[in-house]
Amino acid sequence: MDLPMSWLKEYADVNVGIKEYVEDITMSGSKVEGYTTLAGEIKNVVTGYIKAIAKHPDADKLQICTIDAGQGKDLTIVTGAPNIKVGDYVPVALDGSVITGGKEIKTGMLRGVESEGMLCSIEELGCDRHDFPEAPEYGIYIFPEAVELGKDVVELLDIKDVVVEFEITSNRPDCFSILGLARETAATYKGEFRYPEITVKEEGAGKTEDMISVEIKNPELCPRYIARAVKNVKIEPSPRWMRKRLRAAGVRPINNIVDITNYVMLEMGQPMHAFNIDCIADRKIIVRNANAGEKIVTLDGVERTLNESMLVIADPEKAVAIAGVMGGENSMISEDAEAILFESANFNGPNVRITAKNVGLRTDASSKYEKGLDPNMALDAVNRAVQLVEMLGIGEVVPGMVDCYPNKREPWELSYSPEWINKFLGTEISEKEMQITFERLGLIVDPAKHTVIVPTYRPDLEAQADLAEEVARFYGYDKIPDTLASGTPTVGKKTYEQTITSLVKETMISDGLCEAMTYSFESPKVFDKLLIPSDSKLRENVTISNPLGEDYSIMRTVSFNGILTSLATNYNRRNEQAGLFEVARVYLPKALPLTELPHEIPTLTVGMYGNMDFFDLKGIVEHLFDVLGMSSIVEFLPETEIAWMHPGRTASVKVNGDNIGYLGELHPVVAKNYEIGTKAYMAVLDVEKIISYTNRDVTYKPLPKFPGMTRDIAMLVKEDITVKEISDIIKKNGGKYLESAELFDVYKGAQIEAGYKSVAYSIFFRSPDKTLADTDIAEAMQAILNGLATEINAQLRDK
Amino acid sequence: MKEKLKLIHDKAIAAFFEATEMKDIDEMKVKYLGKKGELTAILKEMGKLSAEERPIIGQLANEVRQDIENKLDEAKKRLEAAEIAHRLEKEKIDVTMPGKSQAEGHKHPMSIVIDEICDIFMGMGYEVVEGPEVEQEYYNFEALNIPPNHPARDEQDTFYIGNGILLRTQTSPIQVRTMEKGKMPIRMISPGTVYRSDEVDATHSPVFHQLEGLVIDKNITMGDLKGALAVFAKELFGEDTKVRFRPHHFPFTEPSAEMDVTCFACGGEGCRVCKGEGYIELLGCGMVHPKVLKMSGIDPDEYSGFAFGMGLERVAMQRYGITDMRLLFENDMKFLKQF
Repeated sequence: MDLPMSWLKEYADVNVGIKEYVEDITMSGSKVEGYTTLAGEIKNVVTGYIKAIAKHPDADKLQICTIDAGQGKDLTIVTGAPNIKVGDYVPVALDGSVITGGKEIKTGMLRGVESEGMLCSIEELGCDRHDFPEAPEYGIYIFPEAVELGKDVVELLDIKDVVVEFEITSNRPDCFSILGLARETAATYKGEFRYPEITVKEEGAGKTEDMISVEIKNPELCPRYIARAVKNVKIEPSPRWMRKRLRAAGVRPINNIVDITNYVMLEMGQPMHAFNIDCIADRKIIVRNANAGEKIVTLDGVERTLNESMLVIADPEKAVAIAGVMGGENSMISEDAEAILFESANFNGPNVRITAKNVGLRTDASSKYEKGLDPNMALDAVNRAVQLVEMLGIGEVVPGMVDCYPNKREPWELSYSPEWINKFLGTEISEKEMQITFERLGLIVDPAKHTVIVPTYRPDLEAQADLAEEVARFYGYDKIPDTLASGTPTVGKKTYEQTITSLVKETMISDGLCEAMTYSFESPKVFDKLLIPSDSKLRENVTISNPLGEDYSIMRTVSFNGILTSLATNYNRRNEQAGLFEVARVYLPKALPLTELPHEIPTLTVGMYGNMDFFDLKGIVEHLFDVLGMSSIVEFLPETEIAWMHPGRTASVKVNGDNIGYLGELHPVVAKNYEIGTKAYMAVLDVEKIISYTNRDVTYKPLPKFPGMTRDIAMLVKEDITVKEISDIIKKNGGKYLESAELFDVYKGAQIEAGYKSVAYSIFFRSPDKTLADTDIAEAMQAILNGLATEINAQLRDK
Repeated sequence: MKEKLKLIHDKAIAAFFEATEMKDIDEMKVKYLGKKGELTAILKEMGKLSAEERPIIGQLANEVRQDIENKLDEAKKRLEAAEIAHRLEKEKIDVTMPGKSQAEGHKHPMSIVIDEICDIFMGMGYEVVEGPEVEQEYYNFEALNIPPNHPARDEQDTFYIGNGILLRTQTSPIQVRTMEKGKMPIRMISPGTVYRSDEVDATHSPVFHQLEGLVIDKNITMGDLKGALAVFAKELFGEDTKVRFRPHHFPFTEPSAEMDVTCFACGGEGCRVCKGEGYIELLGCGMVHPKVLKMSGIDPDEYSGFAFGMGLERVAMQRYGITDMRLLFENDMKFLKQF
C-alpha cells in the first residue's frame, strides 16, 4: 500500500519529519517498508522564457535559443526539439542541475556551440502525458500560460511528494486505504482524524431505481451491491490535483470517471467500477455464478474462461464483469459514454482470491476484496464517487440509488476489564487512557459498563485480547516493562533421545567427519539410480501432490541420496577427500494412500571417499558403538543383498539378530550413476534403534593388581574363514583367565598356499588374584588350538 | 704392593680421563675392577703379606678401588652429558615448519546456531521438543486459528500430501501437540525442518529451519514475553544488544509483535548488513491467542502464555556473512570446514 503524504495530510496531521513518521507509525503497528520522494532528485530546473531562436551553423536539426531564466543574464542553450517558438515559457535545467534519473546537466559544447543547460520535456521531469495531458507527445514542455521566470519548476508543477510504502497485515483490510492509515496516524499522534464530509446534490433528472435494477442471485458471495447513475457525463482528463494523487499512489490516470473510481478505492479502500449504462441489456444487473466455460473479455483485452465457482456481474444476456476482479470490455467507459453506473459492492474475500488466482488476474480491486471488506463502507464510497462527479462538474447525479443489502452487518459489542488487560500486558495503564485509545480508533465506549461498540470495519476485534493489543500498541510496546516470568520453575533439558542423538553427532565430528544438511525430498528417479528393485518396499513413498518439480517430489525412504549427491558435488569440485555425515529422517508410509502420518525415522548416514578403505569407515562405526556402550552386543556380518552396495565389501550391523544398519563400499555402478569416479564408503544406521540399544551405565572395574601373560599364535586358514569365526573360537575356549584376543596380522602372499591366509593373534591372560605361571594357561591354550584345528581346520604356524 | 696399587690407580684414572665412548668405560671397568681385573689380581696376592702389612695394604686397596669407582662414575657422567648434548644438537628441527593437521570434523553452521539457541533457552528452563515433519493439516493450520480459506494459507505456500496431510510450513504445530498433552506449566522450544514451496535461490529454500518457543503458565504477561526474548537476544548477540518490539499480526497470537535486534555488525548505527536501519528483524512473537488455548483444551481464563518463532537460516547467514543460502545444502568440504 503506497501512501502519498500530501494526501494523508488532508485527513490527519503529521507534524514530524518523514523519518520520524515512518518510525512512529511502524511502532504503532503499521509497518513501513520504505519511502521514496517523487521528483526528489530533480534540482535546479527553473522556468525560462525563449527570447530568440537561431539556426545552428553546423547542424540542421539543432537550434540555438536565447533564454531568460531569471539568472541575471541570458543563457544560450542548444536544443534539438522541434516544438518551441519565441515567446514560449519552458523548464530550463541550469548548469549543475539534476533531472529525473539523477542525470546531471552541465554546460558543454554541442557541435561547436556552447550550451549553458538544457530545455526539458515532461518526461525529463519524471512525469508523462497522463500527468500533464497538455504536454506534447515529443518535445519540450511548454507552460500553458506565462510564469514568473527563474522559479523552481518542481514546486511550480507540484510534482514533489513523499510516498510511504506500507506492509499491511491481513487482519487489517481497513488499512488498505488512505483513510484507514489516516485514522491510525491520528491515533498514533493523538490528533484529529478528519473523515471527509460526503454530501450529494443529486441534480439529475429522474431516479436511479427507474433506470436500473439489481438482483443478487448469490448473497453469500455478494453481500451487498449498490448502483448509482450519472447522466450527461463529460469524459475528459481529470484535473491535475486528482491525477497527481493517483500517480503518487501508483495508479495511472485514465479519464475522469475511471479516475474517480480509483480515487475512491485508494481513499476509502472500497473498489468501485463504472459501467456504460447503455451497454447493460435491459438495464438489469444480475450478480450470479458464472456458467462453466463462460467467456468474457476483460478490460485488458484478454479473453477469460470462467467456471461455476466464480461470480460475475451480468445483464440478462451476458457477463459484464468478473465480480471483484475486473470489468468487461463490453461495458467499459468509452469517450462517448453518456450515462454511467457506479458499482460499489461487497464480495466474499476468499472467493475473489480464488477467482483471481484461477483466472490469473490479480488486480488492485481483487487484492483489496480478498482481505474481506466491510459492506457498510460501500454506501459512503458510492456517495463519495458521485460527490466527486459533482465537484468536477462532469455529469448530473441521478437522485437515489439501488442498494441490495439483504443481511446488514451490524456493529458488535465487546466488554473489557481494564484490570485484566493490565494483568495480561504487565502494565498499569489507566482506564481513561484505554478509553481514549478505543475512541480514537472509532469504537464507541461505555466507560461505566466497560463495553465498546466495534465498528464493522474492524472485524479483527473479536475478543478482549484484541482490545488489549489496541491498548498495547498505542501505549507503546517498548513501554511495557520487561519482566521474567515467575510461576512454577521448570527444568530446561533435552530428552534422552536428543541427548543420544547429540552424542552420535559429536562422535562423528570427533572422528573427523563434517556434518552435512540435505533436502528431505528428492526425485523418484533416485530409486533407479540406487538400483533399488522395482518391487522393493522402499519405493513406497510419501508423495507431494504439488511439488516444485519431479526432482523434489517424494519424501526420501532411503537416506542415501542426499549424502551421495554431496559426495558427488565434492568430487566434481576436485576436493581430494570428503567425509560427511548427517542425522536426518526417512519417511516410511504405514499404508498407501497415506491415511495416517508416516513413520519418521532419524537415520545416521556417513559418506566418505579419498585415501581410505572399508576399515577406516568401520573404525568410525565401532568408535560410535564404543561411545554408546554397545560394542559388546553389536555384530558385523557379511551382507550381499543391498542393491546399492558392493556385495563383497558390505557388512550389516546387527544386535541380537535385529538389523540396525549397514556399512561398506558403494556399488561401482551406483558410484558411476552419481559420477563419483573413486571408491566411496557409506554407512547407514537407524538412530531410533541405536538409541534403544545404547547403554550409558558405567560401573567401575578394579584395576589389575597382577601382571598378565601374552601368547602370540599364527595360523593358516582357508581364505573364506572370517576373523569373527576365529575370535569366537578363541573366546569360547579361552578359559577363565582370558582377557583379550587381538588380531595383529593377516597375510596372503608368496609363502602362503593359494586359497589360504595367515592370521596372527595376540592372546592375553590375566588373573585377578595371582601372577600367572605357564602351567595356569597351558590348558586354555591347548583348548584354543584344538578348537581352531577341529572347527576351522587351522594349521598352527611356527613362529 | 703399594707401588703396584698406585700404578694401577694412576693408569686407570688416566685411561678414564681419555675415554671418549661409553663402551670404553665399560671395558675399563672390567679391566680394572672386574673379577679377572688388575686390581682383583693384586688383591689375590694379599695372602702373601704379613699380618701387619695386610690391614694397611687392604685399606689402601679399598681406597684405590673406591677412587677408581668414583672416577669411573665421573667419567661416565661426563660422557653421558656430552652424549645428550650431542644428541640434542643433532635433533634440532625447524620449528617454523607447519604443524601436522589432525583429522578434525565440523558441525554444520546451522547446527551450531541451533545448538547455541537451544542451550540459551535450556538455561532458562525450556525443554526441547520435536514433532513430525509430515503433519496433519489440523495441527499446522486449524488449531493455530488459521481456518480454511484464511489468507495466511496462501502466504505460506504449502506442500500437500493429501487426505489432510501436508509438510509442515512452520514448527508451530508442536506448540499445539505440547498443549494438548495438558501438562502445565509449559516452557518449550522446538527447532526443526519446515517446508514451503519457494523456488531455490540465494535467499530461498523450500526446506529450511525454524525454532519455535512456547510458555504457558498462570499469570504470564506480555512483559514476560519481552523480558524472556530480550535475555535471549543478549545471550545470542552480546550484552550490548538492544531489542525492539513492533506490533504485527499472526493468527495464533494476540497481541502479536515482531522483534528486531540492534544490528550485530554495526551495533545500531546503520550499515550494509541492516540496510541502514540499525535493526535486524529476528523473530515473530505474541501472547497465545485465547482461541488457540481453548482449541488445545487449555482454559484461557486460568492460563496465559506467549509464543515465538524464528527462521534460523537467516540467523546463521547473518552471523557468518553467508550470502547464498544454497551453500548450506551443498555440503562442499571447503565450506563445511570453515565452521
